[in-house]
Amino acid sequence: MSGKFVVAYDGSPASRRALDFAADRAAAQSTTLVVVHVLEWSPYSFLTPTEIEERHVRRRQELERAEKALMAPVVEELSSKGLTIETVIKYGHISDTLCEVVKDKGATQMFVGRDGHGALSARVFGSVAGSLVQIAPVPCTIVP
Amino acid sequence: MSRFPFLLAIIVTTLGSFAGPAMAQSIDEKVNQIFASSTGWFVNFIFSPFPGTSFPWIVAWLVVAATIFTIYFGVIQFRAVPHSIALVKGDYSDPEDAGEVSHFQALATALSGTVGLGNIAGVAVAVGIGGPGATFWMILAGLMGMASKFTECTLGVKYRNEYADGTVSGGPMYYLTKGFAERGLPGGRFLAILFSIFCILGALGGGNMFQSNQAHAQITNVVGDYPGWITGVIFAGIVFAVIVGGLQSIAKVTEKIVPFMGILYVVTALIILLVNYDKIGWAFGQIFGGAFTGLGVAGGMVGALIQGFKRAAFSNEAGVGSAAIAHSAVRTKEPITEGFVSLLEPFIDTVVICTMTALVIIITGQLMVNPDTGLYILNEAGSAIQTVDGNSGVALTSAAFSQAFGWFKYVLAIAVVLFAFSTMISWSYYGLKAWTYLFGEGKSKELTFKVIFCIFVVIGAAASLGPVIDFSDAAIFSMAVVNIIGLYVLMPVVKRELESYLARLKTGEIKRYKS
Repeated sequence: MSGKFVVAYDGSPASRRALDFAADRAAAQSTTLVVVHVLEWSPYSFLTPTEIEERHVRRRQELERAEKALMAPVVEELSSKGLTIETVIKYGHISDTLCEVVKDKGATQMFVGRDGHGALSARVFGSVAGSLVQIAPVPCTIVP
Repeated sequence: MSRFPFLLAIIVTTLGSFAGPAMAQSIDEKVNQIFASSTGWFVNFIFSPFPGTSFPWIVAWLVVAATIFTIYFGVIQFRAVPHSIALVKGDYSDPEDAGEVSHFQALATALSGTVGLGNIAGVAVAVGIGGPGATFWMILAGLMGMASKFTECTLGVKYRNEYADGTVSGGPMYYLTKGFAERGLPGGRFLAILFSIFCILGALGGGNMFQSNQAHAQITNVVGDYPGWITGVIFAGIVFAVIVGGLQSIAKVTEKIVPFMGILYVVTALIILLVNYDKIGWAFGQIFGGAFTGLGVAGGMVGALIQGFKRAAFSNEAGVGSAAIAHSAVRTKEPITEGFVSLLEPFIDTVVICTMTALVIIITGQLMVNPDTGLYILNEAGSAIQTVDGNSGVALTSAAFSQAFGWFKYVLAIAVVLFAFSTMISWSYYGLKAWTYLFGEGKSKELTFKVIFCIFVVIGAAASLGPVIDFSDAAIFSMAVVNIIGLYVLMPVVKRELESYLARLKTGEIKRYKS
C-alpha cells in the first residue's frame, strides 16, 4: 500500500473533479484518501469589535456547516465504494495549510482542482493551484 | 429590517425640520448653549483642582494609579515588551485555534478605537496650551499608562461573562461585580453601575461628539465653512447604517483603511522631521526645557504637566476601562496574554503617534515665540499660546503638516474622518456593552441606545469645540475614577496570574509554536 493521498475539496465543481480523480487513483492503489477543506483565514486581517465578539460562535457554525454540508455526503458516498476516507477541516491560508496537512499525514501525493473561469471561487482556487506548483512538498496533480 | 430606514428618516427629518441653512447657524448656537449650561457642573466637578492649587485631582488620580501599577508589577511595561511582540506575531498561538480572533486582531481593533482624534487634535490642544513641555509629560504618561492597561485588560478577560451560545461580555462592570464578590467585598455592583453610566456618557462624549465635532472642523477647514448639523446628519446616517443596519461591510472597509492612514500619518511626520533634522535637537530641548520650566506657557510647568497627562489619558485611554471591554471579547486560555498585548497600545498610540504630532507642530514653528525672551507668546485671553494663523485643535496640526506638504491637509481631512468614524464604531460598542449591563440584553433595548448614539453624533458636530471637549474629557475621566478603584482592589489577582504565567513560561508549559 502506498502513502496517503490528499485532495482539496470545497464543494466547487472543480474541486469535485479533483475529488473524483483522486478517488479513482486512491481506489486503484488501495490507499487512504484524505479530504481536506480549508477555510480561508488570516490572523492579520482586521475585525470590528462586534465581529470579534461573534467570532467564536461564527467559527463553530462554520466548522459545523463544513462538516455536515460538505464533508459528510462525500465521506458517505466514497466510503460506500469501499474507500478509506479521512477528513480534515482547517482554518488558514489555503495552499500553506494544504501543504501542512500533507506533511502531518505523511501523504505521498496531492490533488487540487482548477477552474479557469473568472468566478471568485475559481480565482481563489486558481491561485491555490498556482502557488502549489511552487510550494507543494509532494507531487501535486492539478485537475482541470 | 424595514423599520431601520424608517427610523433613520425620522431622525433626519426631525433634525432637518429646524429649517433651512439660514436658521442653521443659530441652531448650532442654541445646541451649544444648552449643552454648555447642562453639562458645566459635571465638568467643573471632575476637573476641580486640589484646594489652593491649580492641579486637578483627576489627573493626580490617573498618574498615581499608573505609578502604583508600574511599581507593583515591577515595571512590567518594559520587561514584557519582547514577549508581547512574540504574542502579537502569533509565536504562542496554537495552530489548532486558527479561525479564532488572534492577538494581532485584538490589538489592531483596540488600537483603531484609541488611535484617532486624540492623536491629532488632542495633542495640538495639549501643545497649544501647555507648550512643547506638555509632550514630555504626555510621553511619560503614555509609558506609565502601559501598566494600567495591562492590569485592566487582564481583568477584563478573567472576569468576563461567557454565555451558552458562545458570545462573551466583559469589561470593568463585570470585574467590578464578580471580582469584588470573589474577594468578599461589598460595593462591586454599585461601582459597576456607576461605571456603566459613565461609560455611556463617555461613549456619547469623547467616543462620539468629540469625534464628529473635530471631523466637521477638519472638513470645513478644507471645503469652507458650513453648518455643523449637516456633517452631523451625514455621519449619523452612516453610523446608523453600520450599528443598526448591520452594514458591517462599511465598518470593515474603514477598519482596513485606518491602519494604512495611521502608517501614512507617521511616515509623513517622519519625513517632515527628517527634512528638518537640524531642528530635532532644538525641539527636544524645547520639550525638556518646557517640561520643567514651562517657558512662559499658561500655568507654567504645572500647566504643561496637566495638559500632557490629560491628553495622554484621553488619547490612549489607559485606566479608563474601555480597552478592557474591547479585549475581553477575545478567546484566550490565559487572561494575562491579553494584558501583555494591550500594554503595547499606549506605547504605539501615545509614545509613537502623539509624539510625532507634537514634534511636527513644534518643528514647523507653529507656536509663536518672543524673540527677545525666548518665551512663548500667549493669546489675548492668556489661555493658550499664540499660533501663527491663530489655529487650535485639529486645524493646528493641519497647518503644521501643510507647511511642509500643501496637499497633506486633504489627506489629514480623510484621515480625521476615518479615524473619527472607527473610533465612533468602537465606542458605540463600549457604550452598548455598558447599556446592556444596566438594562439587560435585548433587541429593542439595544436599538434605543444606538438611536441615542446617532442623535449625539449630530449634536457633537453642531456644538462648538469648547463645551464638547470639556464634556467628553469629563465623561471619560469619570470612567477612570470607578475603574481604578476596581483595579486597586483586584491587582493582587493580576499579580497571581502574572506569576503563575511567567513560571509556566519558564518551565515550557506555555508552549511556543513558532520560533
